[in-house]
Amino acid sequence: MTSYLYYPGCSMEGSGRAYRESLEGICEPLGITFEEIDDWNCCGATEYVSLSTTPAYAMIARNLAIAAGEKKGTEPLVAACSACYLNLAKTDHYMGQQPALNARINDALGAGGLHYDPGTIKVRHLLEVILNDVGLDKVKAAVKKPLTGLKVAPYLGCMVPRPDIDGAYTNHEQPNDLDRLLRALGADVVDYPLKTECCGGHMTQVAPKVGLELIRRLVAEAERREAVMMVTVCPMCQINIDAYQGEMNAMFHTHYKMPIVFFTQLMAVAFGVEPGKAGVGREYTNAKKALVAALKAAPEQTLAAAGVAPGVHRPRPDKRALPMPRMTDNEVEE
Amino acid sequence: MVVAQVSSPEVTDAGVRFLAEVGAKTAGVSRLEMCIQCGSCGGSCPSADAMDHTPRGLFALIRAGERDEVLHSNTPWMCLSCYHCVVRCPQDILITDVMYALKVIAEEEHTYPNNVGPDFAGVFIGQARRFGRSWEMGLTARHYLRHYVLRLPRMTPMALGLFRHGRIGILPHQIHQKKQLQAILRRADELERAR
Repeated sequence: MTSYLYYPGCSMEGSGRAYRESLEGICEPLGITFEEIDDWNCCGATEYVSLSTTPAYAMIARNLAIAAGEKKGTEPLVAACSACYLNLAKTDHYMGQQPALNARINDALGAGGLHYDPGTIKVRHLLEVILNDVGLDKVKAAVKKPLTGLKVAPYLGCMVPRPDIDGAYTNHEQPNDLDRLLRALGADVVDYPLKTECCGGHMTQVAPKVGLELIRRLVAEAERREAVMMVTVCPMCQINIDAYQGEMNAMFHTHYKMPIVFFTQLMAVAFGVEPGKAGVGREYTNAKKALVAALKAAPEQTLAAAGVAPGVHRPRPDKRALPMPRMTDNEVEE
Repeated sequence: MVVAQVSSPEVTDAGVRFLAEVGAKTAGVSRLEMCIQCGSCGGSCPSADAMDHTPRGLFALIRAGERDEVLHSNTPWMCLSCYHCVVRCPQDILITDVMYALKVIAEEEHTYPNNVGPDFAGVFIGQARRFGRSWEMGLTARHYLRHYVLRLPRMTPMALGLFRHGRIGILPHQIHQKKQLQAILRRADELERAR
């Protein structure tokens, strides 16, 4: 069992509960454990940095200081939410880069009896830990119910592959990291060129027209690529695309019903966890039906048996459409 | 043959001062003075069409010392923090952090184009400072009542859905060491004011 320090983030206790529930279901099969750091606080998302600089970074750094106090060896701090991950990683990075910022933050932390030396904690995202530490072989070995024939659109969103301070991802705009993981579960991963486009983040709250158009693009493309559900790594992306799809449909007079789940939910289900226990059903547009249908599909009905190798589904390019980036065959073959 | 002469844009004294001010407010090393006006940022921006100036245009205005125009612009408020421009910028300018810095200055001087964004951030952070955690229920209820009363009829079933799916609590989660967090943040406020 490899142990990691873990920062859940506020949404994991609320709107992103399914993420947390499914994460619990994949730890044992993967041989990892997460130790939640004690009394962590909100990272401030993208809101605090827009209001005031030193307090925003001091609030994030309190978590780093707590993690540094609890660390026993070289274990990193793992975050599953994209915004939490980036905030924590950026704070450590900027404190190391800028002595003046470091001094101000540590002065503030001192008022609470805390201190943090930049570089003490390595901040990593859950997806990258599963890919690089656990490895796809172990993931494949843990699969009990392969998701054969389940057509999914891999959606990473922005803040995990970008700015990518540590260079952990294969590409900043068209990474295949999530694709490879989902294929290891047996899923049929469609080629989804908008995989790192933005869901709009807080735009649904501060400029709905802008936010809903971004959501429309993402859902429309997933549908056009014939995905039956989108798969994400971020609670913000999940709630935007899930909960605001109705308002988006009303605004654009469309009728999309695209479920979106967390990648850990599909992992848990493939590892044999009951879909309900993996938080499936907490989403507005229900993913259960598509998931159960895929699990029940008799082997002869699956693509593999029909002589079509599971892998990237490539629709015929639309001659009138703008050129879109595509994965090269090398990337498809991992 | 007449060759059009293109002179390099003049950097005014006011421009130098404003560049330094924005650079000092940026959390990372902004490198904003390295901008070559290539436009990769605006071309990469998914929300550029909602902005009154593209990021490139805004950076030209900063260099020209057009402080008022820049601080009243909606551009930073339309920034999604998606970092597309940051990874594409050939000069490695921390564009997202520059946008945060411009928002911070606009907050301090109350020059933002409308108060929806600042209000949302203010309420979010007010609650996070008080409880140590964000409070989804309190934040959305207050924000919609204040700014989007017309969106409420459609939002009500959505909010009920969150309850039905067990995805939202009525009361906020709170950390134990609230006093410690608040002491840290009060000191950080003082340090920020003293800059």
